[in-house]
Order: sequence, then C-alpha cells, then structure tokens
Amino acid sequence: MEQIPVAVLGSGNIGTDLLYKLKRSKILKPTVMAGIIPDSAGLARARQEGLMTTDEGIDGLLHHGEQFEIVFEATTASAHVRHAPLLKEAQKIAIDLTPAAVGPYVVPLVNLQAHVGEPNVNLVSCGGQATVPLVYATREVAPVEYSEIVATIASKSAGPGTRQNIDEFTATTARGLERIGGASRGKAVIVLNPAEPPILMRNTIYGIVEESDPEELRKSIEEMVARIQEYVPGFRLRAKPLIEDLPGRQRKKVTLYVEVEGAGDYLPRYAGNLDIMTSAAVKVGEEIGKHLRAGTWEKDGLEARL
Amino acid sequence: MSERIPIHILDSTLRDGSHALSHQFTAEQVARVARGLDQAGIEMIEVSHGDGLGGSTMTYGFSKQSELELLDAASSVIERGKLAVLLLPGIGTKDDLKKARDLGAKVAQIATHVTEADVAQQHMELAKSMGMEVIGMLMLSHMGSPEKIAEQGKLMESYGADVVLVTDSAGALLPPTVRERVRALRDAIQIGVGFHGHNNLSMAVANSIIAIEEGARWLDACTCGLGAGSGNTPTEVLVAVLDKLGYSTGIDLWKIMDVAEDIVRPIMQKPVRIGKASLTMGYAGVYSSFLLHADKAAQQFGVDPRDVLVEVGRRRAVGGQEDILVEIAMSLAQKNAEVEASPSRRLA
Repeated sequence: MEQIPVAVLGSGNIGTDLLYKLKRSKILKPTVMAGIIPDSAGLARARQEGLMTTDEGIDGLLHHGEQFEIVFEATTASAHVRHAPLLKEAQKIAIDLTPAAVGPYVVPLVNLQAHVGEPNVNLVSCGGQATVPLVYATREVAPVEYSEIVATIASKSAGPGTRQNIDEFTATTARGLERIGGASRGKAVIVLNPAEPPILMRNTIYGIVEESDPEELRKSIEEMVARIQEYVPGFRLRAKPLIEDLPGRQRKKVTLYVEVEGAGDYLPRYAGNLDIMTSAAVKVGEEIGKHLRAGTWEKDGLEARL
Repeated sequence: MSERIPIHILDSTLRDGSHALSHQFTAEQVARVARGLDQAGIEMIEVSHGDGLGGSTMTYGFSKQSELELLDAASSVIERGKLAVLLLPGIGTKDDLKKARDLGAKVAQIATHVTEADVAQQHMELAKSMGMEVIGMLMLSHMGSPEKIAEQGKLMESYGADVVLVTDSAGALLPPTVRERVRALRDAIQIGVGFHGHNNLSMAVANSIIAIEEGARWLDACTCGLGAGSGNTPTEVLVAVLDKLGYSTGIDLWKIMDVAEDIVRPIMQKPVRIGKASLTMGYAGVYSSFLLHADKAAQQFGVDPRDVLVEVGRRRAVGGQEDILVEIAMSLAQKNAEVEASPSRRLA
C-alpha cells in the first residue's frame, strides 16, 4: 500500500524523536523536515535518513509543498499560531503537538472519529494523553462524577515552555478530562521531580464513579491499557486498579497508577511524558493517513473551510 | 537604648495547620483564629488549604469548606494585619490567585521545590502586578546545597519576589545546615530573606534564631505549632524567645499565648507532637505534609508508616507527591505477604 507522505516542522528533541517513530510507520512516510537552525542535530539526522531538509522554517517547508500531505507541528505554541493559517491555505493537515490548540483536542482511541475532516488537530498535553483514555474507559462502564490526575515528571524532561506556563498544563489537562474523558468535573496537578537518575513519568488517576461492577470497571480499564500499549509500548499500570466503596455514598472510588517509559528513540527513556506525545501524534497521523487513503478525510471539508 | 531589630512574622496556623486537621477548618473557626491573631498584632495571617490555593483534591484531601469562604471569613475580621495565601505552581493557578486577591489577600507565598523556582515565574509576576507582596518559598531546602539555594533564590528575585524563605518542609535541617543556606541566600540576593521551620527534630525555634543571626528578617510560624508533621515553629514560643533576645515583632506576648491556649488548642484534633512517624520524617528528610496520608495508607494496608516514609525518601519524592503513598503501602503489603507465603519462611 502506498504510504502517505508527511513533514515534520521543528528539528528539536520532539521533532527528531518523531522522525524516528515515523521511519517505523507502515502507513506514513516522512519526506521533509524543516527547522530554523542550519546545523541542528535534528536536520542532520533527517538528511542521513534521506529526507529533504530546510532551515528556513515554514517558508522553506511550503516550498516543498507537493512532497507531503500532513505536517507534524513540533515548534512552539506561538509559532504554530502563525503557521496554522499558512498550512491551512496550503491544504495541509496539521497535527499540533504544541499547546497552541488552534484545532480541537484529539486523543487516539477516544475521539478522533468526531473530528474527521478537521484541517488542524491538537494533542492536548502529555498528562491528557496518558490519562484521558483511562477516564474514558471508566466512563464506558459508569458515569464519572469527578476525575483527578497527578502527573509527576522528571525535571529534566520539562522544557522552558512547560515551566514558564505550567498553568497551561493544569487547565488544558483538566478540560481534556471533562470534554474528552467525559468526567463531569476534572482537576489536574503536575509535579516536577529532580531526582537523579531521572524518574519515569507517573500518573495517578482518581475517579469518583456511580455505583457499578468493579470487575467490569477493571476489565474496561485493562482493555484500554492493552490498546494504548499498541502505540506506547512503555505505558503500564504499576498496580491493579484499586476500586473501593465510598462509605455512605452510592459511589465507587477508582485509583489507577500509571507509569510511562519512553521508547528511547531520540528522547531518553525516562521522558515518557514526551514519548507519549510523539507516539500519540504518530498514531493520530496514521489514523488520518488511513482516512486519506480511503478518501474519507474530506479534502472537500478542507476546501469548504477555506 | 539601641533600636530593636524588627522581625516580620507570618502566622500559618490557618494554612500549614490545615494539614494537621485534614483540611477540616470551618469559616467560623477561621474567623475566630484570624481575629485573635490580628488582635495579638500578627503582621501576616495566612489562610489556604495546606497545599495552597486549589489544593482541595482527592490527592491532598478535600477541604470541608471552600477556600474562598475561608478567605472571606478571615478577610472580614482582619483589621491591622495582612491576609496571606499560599500557592504551589502545578496545583494552584493564576485564576485561584486572582480570586484570593479579590477577597482581600495582600501577601502571596509562592512555593516550589528547591530546584524548580522557574515554575513560579508567571505566578510571581501576576501577584506583583496585582500589588501583592510576594514571598518565595524554596521547599525541602535540605535537598538543595547552599549554592543551589542561592541560584534559585536569585531566580525568584528576578521574577519580582520581595522575600525568599529557606523552607525546611521536612524539618530535617539542623543549625549548621540552616546557617549555611541562609547565609548563601543572604549573599546572593538584595531582597528579604527568611525561614520556615518544622519541628520534626525539635529544632524549629532554634533554627529560626540561627536564621536571624545570618540576616533573616522574615519567619513563618504556627500558633501551638499547629502544622504538618510534628508541627511548625510555635508562634507564641518564637515571640517569647525573640523578645528575650531583643528583637521586636509587634506581637503582644500575652495575647498570642491566649490565642494559642484559648482559641487554637480547643480546635486541635490531637496534640501536635514528635511521634515516631514524624520523627522519621525529620530524620529521613520527608515532606511533613505526607504524615497523615502515610499514617492512613499504612493503616489501610497493615504496614508500618515508617517503612512507607523510608521508601518515600528512597524514591526522592518531593512536595505534591502524596499520591504515591497508597501505592507504596500497597506494594509493601504485597511484599510482606509474599515473604509470609514463601516456602523458606514456612519451613522456618
């Protein structure tokens, strides 16, 4: 089957890790990488892998416009705000890994179908990718009254963008728990831990759910974990789902301990928080790619919006 | 007669003390304590969930009454002093801070782990832009070298902080280690320097005095020592000691003793004391707020809370990671069960 050609915009750590993962894809084929730093390690790597490269950012990328259909945005939120209309005009589908959130939030396995035909989709946050699918799996069994997550990541894996706007993480992730996970109310906390050697990303997910069968809850959650592992092999539960009765209330408390170890492609293994973003991006790209091959990701839809 | 050096006291009974009450303060209690503290002459009266604004969660414990109601209750009775709040970036947000400001908060304590000051930039800048006084806290200061504390304090200074506190969240510092940290901070920054102590090794008052000798002028304390772990520097004791040493706090010693004895002590669910678990925290350097969560988790899974705390220390957990306590207790219980069930054990 013909592979769908894609481009990576941004030649930093995230863009380079994406490149490694895209090279393994059977559905997507990376053809161009664009950066702004001529001697960046990412561009050098891309050249070695036989991609076309440009150090002229979005302008350089669009010169090669006939070479790709999908663009993975791995720059910054402010850059993507500028790039988004240009990509749309060029009729390229943007998969946005930044917090810009120009397009709707998507989480693979949960809500991509609802956004077929969108010219631009956003990947929420690392905490969202690591927790929303499990909230959704809980929600499939019983209504979730409240969902709360604590994401703990290695200090070394939090870049200056995350640090200077840490509220972005908590607000975006909480919205993801509600709008995509289906919780009536969501709350997210992030903790940076500087321990050496760096810790793996961990997430604790609490849910208050309506009265339901614990076995059904466990089964739904464990099935979702298995499906996530297909695209994030280092995603796992550290313990069996803990399901308790809330005394005096017809509610169950569900506690999940999740650990995410990165694949160690370009990013270090402890940076599971970054790995789950690049993995989810590739997964979303592949789903879009399948639609493009089948002609069901309406280019018409794109044109109609221009 | 020489001028007495003024020391600025922030009383955190209604914030750090919230940990010891599992965040069950009522607005009525808050109003009573805040009025008493204000009348005793406390300069800054802090009211927040123990883990700061937005801390009312499953992880850290839900507040009995919303923090906005509690802030409102305090704000309505404070006449002389300033209402203060705590915010931990990653838990609370700028929105929470704005709401607190609207309810009359004038001082913002913004706390980060000792190596992570840069996550506080947006909150400190916002607080300053709203005209608040900003006190930066470098939590678990025992985990950072004096050089690290100097470096991180400078960052907070660059974000607009008015004061930076060496914050002994684990009650693990001793006079020599307080001295070198406060001195390094004092030498590195032009703004105020202070100290926040916990009493897990019975050093809170002594450490506060050492900090003052090194130039600290801001001290956090809690009436009756009501706070996380073995509690904080007790305000009434600190006031007495500072007075004897010739410092001025503006606080009436008799009145603050009365607040401690007549208002705060009756609210306390159990005496704040140095028990085996909280002593272990000071000894192993574990965040004091973990105490009740560790006790509860240990009880639920039938393990020793000290083993839980030692494992927390081994994993180098930082403030905010209360979520790992149940998981640790659960895995310790499982390990114990495996040992019980192992053939060698049965033969023996």
